[in-house]
Parts: sequence; structure tokens; C-alpha cells
Amino acid sequence: MYTFSSKLKTFSFILMAIGLLGIGYGFLTAPKDIQEVEKTLAAQSKEGHVAHYELTTPVDHHSEVLTKEQAEVKEQAEKKEHAEHVFHQLQNKPWSAFYVACIFFMLLSLGTLVFYGIQQVAQAGWSPVLFRVMQGITAYLPVGSVIFFIFLILCGLHFNHLFIWLDPEVVAHDKIIANKSGYLNFPFWIVRAAIFLAGWNAYRYFSRKNCLAQDESDDNSFYKKNFNISAMFLVFFIVSESIMSWDWIMSLDPHWSSTLFGWYVFASFFVSGITMITVVTVYLKSKGYLENVNTSHIHDLAKFMFGISIFWTYLWFSQFMLIWYANIPEEITYFVMRIQVYNLPFFGAVVMNFLFPVLILINTDFKRITWILVMASIVILLGHYVDFFNMIMPGTVGGSWFIGVSEIASVLFFLGLFIFVVFSALTKAPLLPKRNPYIEESKHFHY
Amino acid sequence: MSNKVIYAIYNDDDILMDAVKKTRAAHHHIEEVFTPFPVHGLDKAMGLAPTRLAICAFIYGLCGLSFGTFLMDFVMIQDWPQDIGGKPSFSYIDNMPAFVPIMFEETVFFAAHLMVITFYMRSRLWPFKEAENPDVRTTDDHFLMEVAVNNNEEELVSFFEGTGAVEVKVIEKH
Repeated sequence: MYTFSSKLKTFSFILMAIGLLGIGYGFLTAPKDIQEVEKTLAAQSKEGHVAHYELTTPVDHHSEVLTKEQAEVKEQAEKKEHAEHVFHQLQNKPWSAFYVACIFFMLLSLGTLVFYGIQQVAQAGWSPVLFRVMQGITAYLPVGSVIFFIFLILCGLHFNHLFIWLDPEVVAHDKIIANKSGYLNFPFWIVRAAIFLAGWNAYRYFSRKNCLAQDESDDNSFYKKNFNISAMFLVFFIVSESIMSWDWIMSLDPHWSSTLFGWYVFASFFVSGITMITVVTVYLKSKGYLENVNTSHIHDLAKFMFGISIFWTYLWFSQFMLIWYANIPEEITYFVMRIQVYNLPFFGAVVMNFLFPVLILINTDFKRITWILVMASIVILLGHYVDFFNMIMPGTVGGSWFIGVSEIASVLFFLGLFIFVVFSALTKAPLLPKRNPYIEESKHFHY
Repeated sequence: MSNKVIYAIYNDDDILMDAVKKTRAAHHHIEEVFTPFPVHGLDKAMGLAPTRLAICAFIYGLCGLSFGTFLMDFVMIQDWPQDIGGKPSFSYIDNMPAFVPIMFEETVFFAAHLMVITFYMRSRLWPFKEAENPDVRTTDDHFLMEVAVNNNEEELVSFFEGTGAVEVKVIEKH
């Protein structure tokens, strides 16, 4: 049995406390009215800073002949519009920061759940010694889902403007969004979210329950039950995952669509989940709790990290290159925005999620060296946080992005919560399943 | 000095593995082992050095990547930078996404083919090469260990008979 070390527990509480303070600070410092924004903008333009890049088609002011008065009036109107725009972005910023961290950690544990489901269905002989670790990580899923679902309801109640299609005012003036309102409307959207979250959590609940019952059983009926529900879950998952990615991420840019977006999101959180399994396994192993886990198990996890990292890159590039190549105006704006305004995070994510793992994890010996693996894991996890940041932020805060207090505090809060929930769950059951049909093979697995 | 060798023939890979370990423990030099299929762990038991083929492949891949990059840069950017469908051919990075499929394929092509050719050369395999099979049964269901004899013929024969060999032959090698 694992005992939650008091040091780690304190650490998780500290993270949560700092995170909460930072999140609160982010909300308090967000501008409350438009005058505040106008003041800061005026101050910035005096200093000669162009902090807020705007993606507007250049208008040739000289083509029209305007009187001085008319020009002044126009300039004032533009300034006001700009201030209003920035005001909404800055108001969104703490919400978005929370949203990115919230969805990242929830999907990360969902990615682990999918990996676990695949291992069950594939009857993998190497992984049963890691099942309890995976179940521990997926214990975050119910907690994360609840917070996430509450957040979606708050969006629907207009506490924020993350999803602009939730604003009836916007829909009324936007034909493209209005045409999508059969799909993008609050009741349908929230019901879909409820069904998906309930489905995933139900699988997680019953799979865990059967796995524990299998320990005490004298036949393999619970194992077979788990096999069946895992297969059903994977079918449900791939449908729900695709729709989830449209609902929760793609609809932040409701004028844009991409067909492989679901897969792309999936690859991102799937590799994060596998990486998190590796991190937790390596941690527990270093504390002496996983005596049956050897370097071959770790090596296999590292191979999955490596392979799925490349898979993510493949999808990233396929999505980018197809749109870049055809350069259709209604699709390319998505990437124009990201390249011009989010240049460093956009290309930095590729370096962190592809270049770094591909060069580090290609070596067989490196895949067994703990510190290299931990370093690669941290880079991959941060890289996929940045990936979600890139997917979400441009649609909500646009040019007003910054990785500051709100963003870091949200990550710290969810990291603390994640550590607390996961390691509490790990104490609830022995770390080695007793009667899994493949447990002996798994104990002696070597590669 | 005679160049006699012992052929110890086995009919089971587990027995062969044991024999290899015993032979190594007794410090007899194993010249070669012939098996009809890969025996897992045999190279480790024999103490063979790990292969460096993967390192070669990585370097070949980098060569392929460089070649692909050079080719596209020279052809599309340096030599005749045309406007083809509005693609930006001002610098390599401007048009890079369009070149990535070629860069990727060249990498894989070079890595794969040069590695295979390296393998053929290092293991001396080519068409019309004369087979070096000491006993035809080793391609079907027998395992053969070849050990050099250094004036200790009788000792060696009895040693190998003790390791479970189905047949121990002393052969004059030319």
C-alpha cells in the first residue's frame, strides 16, 4: 500500500493556495470598466509601445478625402472601438487562463484513461503492473470534470465572453454564427458536455470497481467485464472526443473549422497522459513502491511518449500545412493570427513537443535513464500546456495574451489539486493488481 | 598448428543456450554459432558487442535530411525562383512547409536504404555469394556451435558431450 508522504501533501496544498491567490489576483486586477483600459492604452501610446497588435485589414485612410473634423471623429470612434475590444480581451484573460489549465489537466487524465482502456482491450502483457498507477491518475477525472462543467455553466450564464456564440447579441449580428446556432446553442452544448463527462466518468468508475473486485474474485469474470466495457468505452470515446474538441475548443473560433481538429486535440492530451503515467511511475518507483516495475516497463512508456509525440507533430503539421498551402482566406486567418501574434508559443510548441523529444528519446539507453526521462516529460507536459494555450487563447484574449500571474497561478492550482487527488487515490488500493490474468507476465516483462 | 574445429550440434535452443553459457564459463573460444532462427538472448550469452547499425541509420537520416533541404533550396529558391501559384520563393523558410514532405521522405529513404546496404556489407551478403553453411541441418532444426581446438581435442569432445550435444564432430578446416 502506498502512503501519501506528508511532504508531498503539504506541497500540493501550497500549490493550491498559491494558485488560488494568483487566480484571485488575476480576477481582481482585470479591468472593471472601459475607462481603465482607455487610460492604459493612452499611457502605452505615449510611451510609444504597440502592445496590442490588431488583426485588421489595412484601411487606406488617404483614399477617401475627409475633412479634418470628419477624420477626427473617425479616429475617436476607432479608438473607442479598439479600447472596447481590448477591454473584452483583458476581462477574458483570467477566465481563459483558468480554462486552459482546467481543460489541460482534465484531458490529461482522460488521456490516461484512454491509454488504460487500450491496454485492457489489447490484452497487453507488459502494463498490468501499471494499472493502479493509471487508475490513480484517472482519479482526477471526476474532480476535474465537475470543475470544468461548472465552468461551462458559468460561461452559459454570461460570467465571461470566452465563447462568443453564447452571446445572443453577437449571434444576431453574425450570419456565420447564426447559421451554426442549430449546433452551437447553450442547451444542446451543455447537454452534450454532460453526456460526455458522465460517460467517461462512468467508465472510469466501473473499470476501477471491477479491477478491485477482480482482486478478490476466484474467476476472471470481472476481468472479462472490464474488457467489454473498455471496448465500449473506446468506441464512445472516439465519437465523444471528436465532438468535445469542436464544442470546447474549436467553437472558441466559431468562424473557423478544421476536420482533423479532433484527432489533433486527442494526440495532444493522449501523449500528455502517457507522459504523466511515466512521471508518476518513476516517482513511485524512486520511493520504492513499485517493486515489479523494471526499466523495461519505463522503456515501453518512453517509447509511447516518443511515438505519440511524433504522431502529434504529424497532425499539427498536416493541419497547418494543408491550410497554409491552400491559403483560403476563411481558414488561414486562424494561423495568421497564431503566427503573427503568438509566434513564440506557436513554434515553441513544435520545438518542445517534437524536436526535443525526438532528439532525446530516440536513443534506447536514454529511455531508461530516469533523469533524462523526467526532463523530457517535463518539457513534453509544458509543451502540451502551451499547445492548449495556443488553441484557446487566440480566440478569447487575442493580442492581449501574456503568460503572467493568472496563467501560472491557474496551472499551479490545478497541479496542486491534481497531485492531491491522484496521490490520495493511490493510497486507496494496493499498487499491484492481484488476480489479473496477465499480471505474472507483466511482473517478468523485460525487453 | 592444426586448424581443427569442433562442431557441437544441438537440437534445442534452450540446451544450446546452456551450452553456450557453460562454454564461456570454461573459457573455450566460440568461433561461431549457427541457428535456423534467431535465438533470443544468444548474442548476450555469447558476449557479442551490441550492433551500431541504429547509429549508422541516424547519421544516414541526417544526410538524407540535408540532401532534401539542399535539393529543394537549390532548385526552388536559388536556381530558378519562380512564382508558382503564389507560393513565396524568396527564402527557404518562407516556403518550407511545402518542402517538408520531400525532406521527410529523403530522410527515411536515406536512413532505410543505406542502413540495409551497410548491413549487407558488414555481414558480407550479396547475390552469388557462396553459402558458408557447415551442416545443412542448421537451416532447418539443428543448432551448431563451432569451437577451435588447441591440442585439447579429447578434453573438448568430452566437454561438449557433457553439454547435451546430440553430435560432436572434429573437423579439419582449410
